[in-house]
Amino acid sequence: MTSVTQDIIEVKNLVSHYGERQILRNVDFSVKKGEIRVIMGGSGSGKSTLLNHMLALLKPTSGSIKIDQLNILTANRKELSKLRQKMGVAFQGGALFSSMTVGENIKLPLKHHTELDDNTIDIMTRLKLELMNLAGFENLMPSELSGGMLKRAGLARAVIMDPKLLFFDEPSAGLDPVTAVELDELILKLRDAMNMTIVVVTHELESAFKIADKITVLFDGEVVMTGTVDEIKQSSDERIQNLINRRPRNDVVDAEQYIQRLTAGQN
Amino acid sequence: MSYSQTIHLHYERLVLTGEVDLHNSPQVRKQLLAILKNGCSVLVDFSELSYIDSSGIATLVEAFNVAKNNQLTLTIIAAAGAPLQVLELTNLNKVFPMVSSLDDIRE
Amino acid sequence: MLSRLKQMIEKMGKSAVDSIESAGRLAVFLGYTLSRLWLFRFPLQEVIKHLQFIGARTVPLILVSGLFTGMVIALQFYDTLIRFGSVELLGAAVAMSLIRELGPVMAALMVIARVGSATCAEIGIMRNEQQFDALDCMAIDSYHYVILPRLIAGIISVPLLTAMFDVFGIGGGYVVGVLIHGVSEGAYLIGMADTIVWNDVWMGIVKSTIFGLLILWICMAKGFFLHIEQKFSGAEGVSNATTQAVVLSALLMLFVDYIVSSLML
Repeated sequence: MTSVTQDIIEVKNLVSHYGERQILRNVDFSVKKGEIRVIMGGSGSGKSTLLNHMLALLKPTSGSIKIDQLNILTANRKELSKLRQKMGVAFQGGALFSSMTVGENIKLPLKHHTELDDNTIDIMTRLKLELMNLAGFENLMPSELSGGMLKRAGLARAVIMDPKLLFFDEPSAGLDPVTAVELDELILKLRDAMNMTIVVVTHELESAFKIADKITVLFDGEVVMTGTVDEIKQSSDERIQNLINRRPRNDVVDAEQYIQRLTAGQN
Repeated sequence: MSYSQTIHLHYERLVLTGEVDLHNSPQVRKQLLAILKNGCSVLVDFSELSYIDSSGIATLVEAFNVAKNNQLTLTIIAAAGAPLQVLELTNLNKVFPMVSSLDDIRE
Repeated sequence: MLSRLKQMIEKMGKSAVDSIESAGRLAVFLGYTLSRLWLFRFPLQEVIKHLQFIGARTVPLILVSGLFTGMVIALQFYDTLIRFGSVELLGAAVAMSLIRELGPVMAALMVIARVGSATCAEIGIMRNEQQFDALDCMAIDSYHYVILPRLIAGIISVPLLTAMFDVFGIGGGYVVGVLIHGVSEGAYLIGMADTIVWNDVWMGIVKSTIFGLLILWICMAKGFFLHIEQKFSGAEGVSNATTQAVVLSALLMLFVDYIVSSLML
């Protein structure tokens, strides 16, 4: 295989449970190098669980996950640490440490993993802050930032080591439309200039259609479809159309079961 | 990454070859700062460079600033491809003097 | 009726299993944390940072509570001893009870109130805001970077705070005994010096060191496992975890206090 078409993420037959409840049912998922992939689905679709498995934060019931040729389910601590230094993760709320300034937060991975000079680290930090439109916020505490700023600061920290692979959880959730568009453009710029592979988890359609090379739609822990934006838009699958047209789930009402749910525990 | 250093007119020319990343950018930094400390303006030749990460870019920024404070210059030669895109992403193509080839350098 | 009984037994069984699980988690948490001592470099910088919060900033509270504790036990002892005509024993009685028992226990309670609760809430919020996930993803070890420094700072601070508590308690006793009730200064001080032996001091140090470990350990673990142990995440989860941490660490502290006393006396 040539490096252009190599899969950087390979998830096979992933099954996952939360307690007794099954969250993921035989999920197959692969992403090519340099691709922007959006994982889309409503709440309860299992998209966050899939993300947590790929980040090696959760252990699945069965299946395999390979990231950059490394099987992360059997990898030891050292291999995983090495992989993680090539990976960036931007969390929903930024996940910045409240006891440190924004700048210190962003520098943290560099301070921990590299021997770079402090001058170099400072300039790198400011470059990333500039990129995220956060110039001048270096010395503020995270509690002084707004939600959108926290998200961008979290993204700055995620890309401080110039990762090959970036995961972004819900980039536009809870943002005003203008800021959301800015973030989308930033994602595209990062891929083009730094040749990153980017996996975005979101339930926002507009943002997904704008940035994605391919979209994977999850529904009830199953992959409904993976395809380009046009393929998704033209899909005849009802669940996808419901998602696109923002129609609520229209389950058939079983009168008997419904009345039982409403009167549960009564005689 | 490897580098070679030659003299061009009254400039020191530093040719960077391969990839500049977190592991070898301190080397580049040491080299650049040493040249500037000797009171010499510097040409950083990108023609053999395939990749530069942000630690490399940060090193250039620091060196550029040192040069400016000492009335010296730091010029980038033949930036193209990925390294050029990284410079553009950070808007530094508007800060560093950039020329397309060594021939553009005059006394 | 039978189903009620069955439900009750099931519930009891479940809570028993939960308790054992929770105890196991606590043990594993401590084991992981301590193993970082030889897996990684010593986190000196972070330890110093937390000595400031756990130690230095608790000093005023310790001084005030030490002073009043000393005053009130001097008052009580004075009232008792005067009935036997042996007020010259006041200094010895105050110092002995402070150094062996009240100092370590009261100082630990103050640390639980000020540091334990705050630390549990802080760690719990870090868990809620995915900060531990973020550390994992940055390949930074949470136990080494977040937990271990606080634990070490606790182990160092609590004995020192206890010593300050003892000194101020003895000072408070001096105020009440000597200055207010006119016990002779010589009797108070010399009686104390004659009675206290190295073993008493040693007992105070051993207890307070164990308390320091215990408080930070329990309080951090309760916050750290918030997402597993608490029914609710968010504010309610943090508040439940903090309550549990304070109650559990206080009870365990008193239990350990008895064990250590009975072993060392």
